[in-house]
Amino acid sequence: MQICGIGPTPQSELAMSLIETFLTRVDALSDRSGQSVSTLSRKLFNDGKGVARLREGGQMTIKTMDAAMNKLANLESEADGRDALRMTHLDRLEAESIHIMREVASQCENPVMLYSVGKDSSVMLHLAQKAFYPSPPPFPLMHVDTTWKFKEMIEFRDRRAKEVGMELIVHINQDGVDQGMGPFTHGSAVHTDVMKTQGLKQALDKHKFDAAFGGARRDEEKSRAKERIFSFRSENHRWDAKNQRPELWNIYNTRVHKNESMRVFPLSNWTELDIWQYIERENVPIPDLYLSKKRPVVEKDGVLIMVDDDRMPIGPDDKIEEKMVRFRTLGCYPLTGAVESEAVTLPDVIQEMLLTTTSERQGRVIDSDAGASMEQKKQEGYF
Amino acid sequence: MAHHDDLIATDIHAYLRAQENKSYLRFITCGSVDDGKSTLIGRLLYDSKLIYEDQLASIEKDSKKSGTQGDRIDLALLVDGLAAEREQGITIDVAYRFFSTDKRKFIVADTPGHVQYTRNMATGASTADVAVLLIDARYGVQEQTRRHAFIASLLGIRHVVVAVNKMDLLDFDQRAFNEIDASFREFAADLGFADIVCIPMSALEGDNVITPSENTCWYHGPTLLEYLETADVDGGTLNAPFRLPVQWVNRPNLDFRGFSGTIASGTVEVGDDIIVVPSGKRSTVKDIVTFDGNRKIAREDMAVTLTLKDEIDISRGDIICKTDAPAEQADQFQAQVIWMAEQRLFPGREYLLKTGNKTIPAKVSKLKHRIDINDFSQVAANTLELNEIGVVTLSLNAPIAFDPYSDNRATGAFILIDRQTHETIGAGMLNFSLRRAKNVLWQDLDVNKAARSEQKGQKPALLWFTGLSGSGKSTIANLVDKRLMDMGRHTYTLDGDNVRHGLNRDLNFSKADRIENIRRIGEVAKLMVDAGLITMASFISPYRAERQMARELLEDGEFIEIYVNTPLDVAEARDVKGLYARARAGEIKNFTGIDSDYEHPENPEIIVDTVKMSAEEAADLIVDHLSERGFFNVGEG
Repeated sequence: MQICGIGPTPQSELAMSLIETFLTRVDALSDRSGQSVSTLSRKLFNDGKGVARLREGGQMTIKTMDAAMNKLANLESEADGRDALRMTHLDRLEAESIHIMREVASQCENPVMLYSVGKDSSVMLHLAQKAFYPSPPPFPLMHVDTTWKFKEMIEFRDRRAKEVGMELIVHINQDGVDQGMGPFTHGSAVHTDVMKTQGLKQALDKHKFDAAFGGARRDEEKSRAKERIFSFRSENHRWDAKNQRPELWNIYNTRVHKNESMRVFPLSNWTELDIWQYIERENVPIPDLYLSKKRPVVEKDGVLIMVDDDRMPIGPDDKIEEKMVRFRTLGCYPLTGAVESEAVTLPDVIQEMLLTTTSERQGRVIDSDAGASMEQKKQEGYF
Repeated sequence: MAHHDDLIATDIHAYLRAQENKSYLRFITCGSVDDGKSTLIGRLLYDSKLIYEDQLASIEKDSKKSGTQGDRIDLALLVDGLAAEREQGITIDVAYRFFSTDKRKFIVADTPGHVQYTRNMATGASTADVAVLLIDARYGVQEQTRRHAFIASLLGIRHVVVAVNKMDLLDFDQRAFNEIDASFREFAADLGFADIVCIPMSALEGDNVITPSENTCWYHGPTLLEYLETADVDGGTLNAPFRLPVQWVNRPNLDFRGFSGTIASGTVEVGDDIIVVPSGKRSTVKDIVTFDGNRKIAREDMAVTLTLKDEIDISRGDIICKTDAPAEQADQFQAQVIWMAEQRLFPGREYLLKTGNKTIPAKVSKLKHRIDINDFSQVAANTLELNEIGVVTLSLNAPIAFDPYSDNRATGAFILIDRQTHETIGAGMLNFSLRRAKNVLWQDLDVNKAARSEQKGQKPALLWFTGLSGSGKSTIANLVDKRLMDMGRHTYTLDGDNVRHGLNRDLNFSKADRIENIRRIGEVAKLMVDAGLITMASFISPYRAERQMARELLEDGEFIEIYVNTPLDVAEARDVKGLYARARAGEIKNFTGIDSDYEHPENPEIIVDTVKMSAEEAADLIVDHLSERGFFNVGEG
């Protein structure tokens, strides 16, 4: 019986290189098919440890090797056929989101897409383009402008709406403006409530939208983890956490009475990493604020706040510094902490995000209250 | 975060490329809070390093305040989100968790275990491919284990992991584990699981969750994470029949008409022949359109837009199938229903039934029985309460396209919505249709014989009057026509006068032409029957073979041969039109009875003896014959 394995003869050297090629192909197949090496080993040798033994210099009969080679070729061509029909996790998330958006377009009378200009909104807008192609998305975009957003966000918003060919509704809570509302004068909580939460309710009431898309994700925060994809809101826009409609399969109950509405979250099952990977894969346009560059910032209570306009009060002890910073979330500039970073490209940002040790919302001032505060805010109508 | 892959730091581009090939798995965890379910999920998140420092700090703080683990971190606190739950220490709703490894992204539906949360578990199970059932090793297979296994099976989950937890409290006793393994497999034998894996585990200590435990050297199976990373749940489903439930019709302009939806099963390629259910219309796939360019082939779970070669009418609610295996359609079903509302199920009340893409009024016409989910027995019941499961018959206002749930989760599932409150009050699985007889005829015209018959409230028929010249065929046929007209029936009479002068004026009375004459009349009569009419054909039709030919053009039961039996001498004596005299005089050749044969019918449906009964009596006899055989009560009841 011929044995292949370690040995000094030219014949065995040939066998060695054959085995090496074989092992490389097994590894490549494992990578691309998602099957573990031991699974493949079982299929090739009827033995989960066969490949490992071979790698360690173990011996096989020529006959066994030949049979395994043939089986490997079959598995490879099977994988080739499957590749055309392969769906990665991002493909599946994308398909689910598209399904949700089409359901709203078919079933709701007057839907709107809430657009906050952030990365999640950017992905949501991109998905809407995909869902209805070659038609434009059959609903308008709406931005609730607190008047304290980064200037760059507003420019980006107007440009994107034009590019996609969607109507853009911008709503500003005029009552709040009349009261001179602002985070510096009224504090973050009051400002956010009046300009964002109340502003949103006003806008929804004014336009009588029966469904509003939002870019929230379940991984963001614990109470979101239990929120439905089609989340019912009462006439007063309240969310009743304990009395949600059961949501089975991909069958969504979209029915509401007059003045009631649905918040719809097509990105529910995405994680922050999914969002970044998708932005990278699809080249989804996002505001430059996510990338690091020299920006003027002032440190307030340990948080770096960017001086975006002259409404920013600069105290005698405040020092405006030019620092390499970027933003992990985008909102009202006085409420959005910058992080020092050298990440000037998207992959850099993803790299930093993956190596970082604090969660995304920490930069948002609104979350740093007690654990259940988001749930409370949501009950009151915060998105 | 988890992603402690060296590539992140050294080569982020390579890392991202590698991540792109990740697959995806949805699973459900069930078990009650005492089984350590939240701890297990907390453990998966914690051990895969998916918890940020600030989250961990907040959990540490909470652990000291409300934790049940002394000085240790209470991992369950990571998972139990709602404020009410934290106070009560129970999980009352489905929570979705996310984690990923280099191989897969996971979506976990974390569901409560108590009997009063059956609906929550069903909700979580509806989208899961794998169920992880927790068992407390100290107590073994309990009533609730059976319930969880049953619900998982009911919702169509095929892969089950039995996590035998808290093995640390039994010093990882192999015998205890083996007993649980055996008793689970025994009772689950009938639940239709494709595979069952039992794993000895300690969620609290991390044994066999992610890394193999040193405490269970006797166990050679996979750890929980190993299993989840490699479970093949995709296998075979792409070979299932193609279904595209049309969700949205895409019409950006007059030149483009696409049908958008998520493929429920199978694959489709450009050029495939398709059929639309329930309309039965057919066409061919022209393009598979996506934002990223047209595809040649698409598969289950892809959200696509199809365009077709022909302009046929398709709307939301239709299912596009390939012609080799179209979906069924029906308006009456047997189904399993899980009741999800405080208000009880009322048989007879009208609800809205919503499938993946269609909403239609429906009622539970009969509650056959309730299923006791603890021992799977059938219990007589008049109603279903919250969290109860029953077998019902459903009656819908119109037919829908469907597949049995066991064949296709996407096209066999539905929810029930209350018409007043709009609440989702039930969810169900279609088992089979109760009226198979109404299957459509697969032809291009969806207005077909059955539809026309239904519309006219009558079964079409061809009454074929045969007999000698002057036997009284036309007289009787005209009387029958009049009677039917009085009854509001839709009829037409073909006779020598209106056929010979037009359609068949090129034919004479030779044997060949007589045959052709009858062939043409048979074809015309067939069209009239197809149009839903009760048609009378009154012709001498002397040859059995031609009458048989006419009979075979029609479906069984439609051809009614009426032998108007009048002896030659009687007919000749009557000689209404003076034809016998002319035949005898040699003026007419090939006259039946004189110089051409008449082959009398051997087994006619009706024989009329004109010597013994009047034409009126004959007409009554024929109308009665039709009435008795149900030709007039189509569509009633």
